[in-house]
Amino acid sequence: MSEANKLYRRLVPYLPAGVVFVGAILLWEGFVRGFDIQQFLLPAPSVIGATFGENFDRLLHIGWFTTKEALGGFAIGCSLGILVALATARWTAASETLMPFAIAANSVPIIAFAPILNNWFGIDNPLSKMAIVAVIVFFPMMINTVRGLTLVDPSAVELMRSYAASEFEILLKLRLPNSLPYMFNAFKVAAALSMIGAVVSEYFGGNRSALGVFITQEAAQFRFAEAWAAIIIACVVGVTFYMVILLVERLLIPWHASVRQAER
Amino acid sequence: MNPAISVQNVDMVFPAPGGAITALQDVSFDIAEAEFVSLIGPSGCGKSTALRLIADIHQPTGGSVTVAGQSPGQSRIQHLVNLMFQEPVLLPWLNIYQNVSLSIEITKAKDHRDPAELLSFVGLKGREKDYPGQLSGGMQQRVALARALATNPRILLMDEPFAALDEFTRDRMGNWLLSIWERSRKTVVFVTHSIPEALYLSDRVLIMDANPGRIRADVRVELPRPRDESMREEISFFEQLKAIRSQMPKSLYVEEELNGG
Ligand SMILES: Nc1ncnc2c1ncn2[C@@H]1O[C@H](COP(=O)(O)OP(=O)(O)OP(=O)(O)O)[C@@H](O)[C@H]1O
Ligand SMILES: [Mg+2]
Repeated sequence: MSEANKLYRRLVPYLPAGVVFVGAILLWEGFVRGFDIQQFLLPAPSVIGATFGENFDRLLHIGWFTTKEALGGFAIGCSLGILVALATARWTAASETLMPFAIAANSVPIIAFAPILNNWFGIDNPLSKMAIVAVIVFFPMMINTVRGLTLVDPSAVELMRSYAASEFEILLKLRLPNSLPYMFNAFKVAAALSMIGAVVSEYFGGNRSALGVFITQEAAQFRFAEAWAAIIIACVVGVTFYMVILLVERLLIPWHASVRQAER
Repeated sequence: MNPAISVQNVDMVFPAPGGAITALQDVSFDIAEAEFVSLIGPSGCGKSTALRLIADIHQPTGGSVTVAGQSPGQSRIQHLVNLMFQEPVLLPWLNIYQNVSLSIEITKAKDHRDPAELLSFVGLKGREKDYPGQLSGGMQQRVALARALATNPRILLMDEPFAALDEFTRDRMGNWLLSIWERSRKTVVFVTHSIPEALYLSDRVLIMDANPGRIRADVRVELPRPRDESMREEISFFEQLKAIRSQMPKSLYVEEELNGG
């Protein structure tokens, strides 16, 4: 009884979101039926659902294909971003020179390079998509990590110096923990960007079992319910990715104010 | 015998956008081994700066500072000095036990004290696993106090350590500090805005003046030791209080005068 009660209490905060979600689906369904909307404009959720059921294995396969690209690019881009940030934050002069370039590069629509990278790595090669994703996530990752490593409470640095701590100890005990919240913000941004990057770069061509390729091909053949089903997969993967990072953040930095506030 | 701390003709000028700030001008004082000295003076007179020079966080722009017969840098590397900052400066990702033990860990202090015991002395028993963000300002300051004592330093520099505490806790912490000092005979430099507190704790009170920061008077406290609460009620205590008050810079804001203490 109390267990069920506890579960109920934990779910209550999510109730409004759930109601809105279900309501939106119902509204969509009613809208399409009521106004007799054409399939190619907007298929009804029930139709998309049915298509989903019919093509489940295939959709799962292509969803996983693109997810791997996104994850691969995320891993490469984030690791490089953190490594470069660590290297430049060590030498303040280097980070001060590089940061304006990184910030400028971050506002470049990197996705525009997708056709070029498709060409470099081979259009069918998942590496071409991973490369795009890696470049896209690299900049926010690096910029945020540098900020986290450098925007340390000056008094805390003085405290460590007064203990005669070495630069390495200051990095380990002060700069790295300080940068964790910044890094998690970057991870969240990068998670969303990586799925977008992978799918959109597939729009420019790629392996036949890729989400982006599937969406463009189905849409070109007026099979909109299939295209929509694939889009929903992309959405679910993106949201799941984000949630996983949120969860890891909670486990790893429970001391952080944003995490504590969310728990209240 | 060499003084524990020797400050000779020290000038400290900070560069600033609107012209340089002279935080200290021609400041000289010696502090003997095992002496308890209070620094008192109006806000901005350079009390924190003086402590930071001794702790080797800043280097003086003129004059010289000697700590334990050597440069402040050498004393810092040998972990002879512990500075308790004006703000608690706790690391938010460590619980308060870890915050206290961090100082031991980094300084590799051998004759360190037990963090749990120190935390219980400052009234935080049972809160060891709390993060700094869960504590009040006064509690955070008490953690900083525990941390400063944890490494068992020879020279303890304390920058308004009790400022955020209520009067009752403040007196208790003062008595506790006094009992530690009487047992271990550290050299203590103690910044405060409270004249009675300075008097109750110290062997000497250095009264400072601002603009530029300088020493205005050096008053020896003629009260017997060991001291306890009853001392605060004695005629001799009030006489000394009056003597110090008469030396305080006029017209400048001092917290203690507002409190009427
Ligand atoms: N790092 C710094 N850079 C520039 N100016 C500084 C710096 N530190 C201190 N000052 C200046 O030096 C003067 C003395 O400051 P300090 O902090 O030593 O005063 P204080 O006596 O401790 O005052 P309070 O009682 O308010 O703590 C002030 O005018 C302050 O602005
Ligand atoms: Mg100060």
